[in-house]
Amino acid sequence: MLKIEHAYWLVALFLAGAAWFNLRDRRWWHAAFWLVLAALMGGGRYVMEATAAHDALPAQLAGVGVIALAVLSPRMKRGHIFEREAAAREADAKRLRHRLFGPALLIPLVTLLVALFGAYVVVDGWHLFDPTRMTLTGLALACMVALIAALWVTRAKPAAGIAEGRRLLDTLGWAALLPLTLAALGGVFAATGVGTAVADLVRMVIPVDSAVACVIAYGLGMVLFTVIMGNAFAAFPVLTAGVGLPLLIQLHGANPAILGSIGMVTGYCGTLFTPMAANFNIVPVALLELPNQNDVIRAQWKTGALLLVVNLALMYFLVFRF
Amino acid sequence: MHWLPLLGVLAIVIGFALRFNPVPVVVAAAIVSGLAAGKSIAEILALIGNSFVSERALLLFVLTLPAIGVLERAGLREHVGNWIATLRGLTLSRILIVYLAIRQILAMLGLTDVAGQAQTVRPLLAPMAESAAEKRGKALDENERNDVRAFSAATDNVGRFFGEDVFIALGAVLLIQGFYSQHGIELEPLQIALWALPTAIAAFFIHAARTVLFARRIKNAGTGASASPGRLQARSTDERQNMPDKRAPDLDP
Repeated sequence: MLKIEHAYWLVALFLAGAAWFNLRDRRWWHAAFWLVLAALMGGGRYVMEATAAHDALPAQLAGVGVIALAVLSPRMKRGHIFEREAAAREADAKRLRHRLFGPALLIPLVTLLVALFGAYVVVDGWHLFDPTRMTLTGLALACMVALIAALWVTRAKPAAGIAEGRRLLDTLGWAALLPLTLAALGGVFAATGVGTAVADLVRMVIPVDSAVACVIAYGLGMVLFTVIMGNAFAAFPVLTAGVGLPLLIQLHGANPAILGSIGMVTGYCGTLFTPMAANFNIVPVALLELPNQNDVIRAQWKTGALLLVVNLALMYFLVFRF
Repeated sequence: MHWLPLLGVLAIVIGFALRFNPVPVVVAAAIVSGLAAGKSIAEILALIGNSFVSERALLLFVLTLPAIGVLERAGLREHVGNWIATLRGLTLSRILIVYLAIRQILAMLGLTDVAGQAQTVRPLLAPMAESAAEKRGKALDENERNDVRAFSAATDNVGRFFGEDVFIALGAVLLIQGFYSQHGIELEPLQIALWALPTAIAAFFIHAARTVLFARRIKNAGTGASASPGRLQARSTDERQNMPDKRAPDLDP
């Protein structure tokens, strides 16, 4: 059965390959960085199983690994990595034309097929895909299918897959790691009670008798906390337990379904403002080779701000009416 | 003291304000917040390690890089540019708005990982948008090219976020339902999902309107100067060739 764990192993293999290429180029810091990350990706399941069995040592070692990555990150300077010369690329482009699209489109297409029909691929009661996180497993499978197709179409050697992948990976550098690190921080914040403290703070500064003030405090609180945490999912339980439930639902009689739904998308507006949402706002800066870390946020914050006003208005006019 | 763990938030704000490398800032904030909450070093290490490995799915996008790298080596970006240049009706705003609509619909169906910054924006959407923008008759200068790329990335984000929690019971909706259920309020997932619809529609129209304005600004900046079509082709190809070196980003502050 294909599981998400197999996808993590693939990632670990690819990272180890990238480390090997960096080692050959005597880029020691990069090699060390990808190697540590490969170990964390490959050994993640073991860490989680050990924790479940009350053995803290593997998790502590993983923590040391994360700190090592943090120390290595500032050393991940971008050096020149060989790229095929432009004239050769242009010549290939003229020759291969639309055939180049095929493999690129296979990534979304195969992912889509697995997401829609993966559950029905059963032979003698044996499921090809593990139902948990099937879309992501499908994404990993799609990437492999696309790689094989790309090698076939371009007649490149299989090693080109790792060499070119490593070129893009080194372009990303530490930015590739930031989403994971932030998600880990979210876990730590939750465990250390940062959430409850923020909620108490919000309640101290607003006039709780006013429904408008409570709506605004809840909405802006969702945005602020999402901006800090980089994730509306982390903000939702904190703000709804601290402000939404006691003040809006219990005190002012708001409809919980509407409040929860619009509250969450109000948090999403905050995701558009914050470098903490690294996978959406910082990773593309590196992927698209933009000069300034905040370029993507600059392009989207106005959409977020206008939508925030719309959401606050929707919340105020809908939650007390239904 | 139950306020003390907030020092972790302060560490983040200060670290980002001083433009330190974000990764060590984030890890330091985790340690600060753990110490402030009175946890031991061993507990903090285990907490960080566990939180990190349980979010491994966030690194899966790197699996797209080998295939995309091989295609780029064979001129994918160059071909996208050449091809879009030959399609007359495909303007910058149309490409971005159609992509926004598709992305929102896919996300509404729960297919959030089908498209994305690594999967579709870098290899397909950004080169298409750049090439469509150059149909104004003048090559994009470096700032304009960066603006078009950033706007493409922004379009992907808006489409994803404001499609994600409509209709199909997925992550966000289940999180909301689970939260209320813990607090004694039972709701149907569909009830929650439907109320995200007004925001999804508003998001589409707001971002589409901004796209039209953005495309107009790029287009107007290109009128006035006239370049012959042949020369434009040659110039834009030149610029694309030089791109990786000239535009190598420096994220380190």
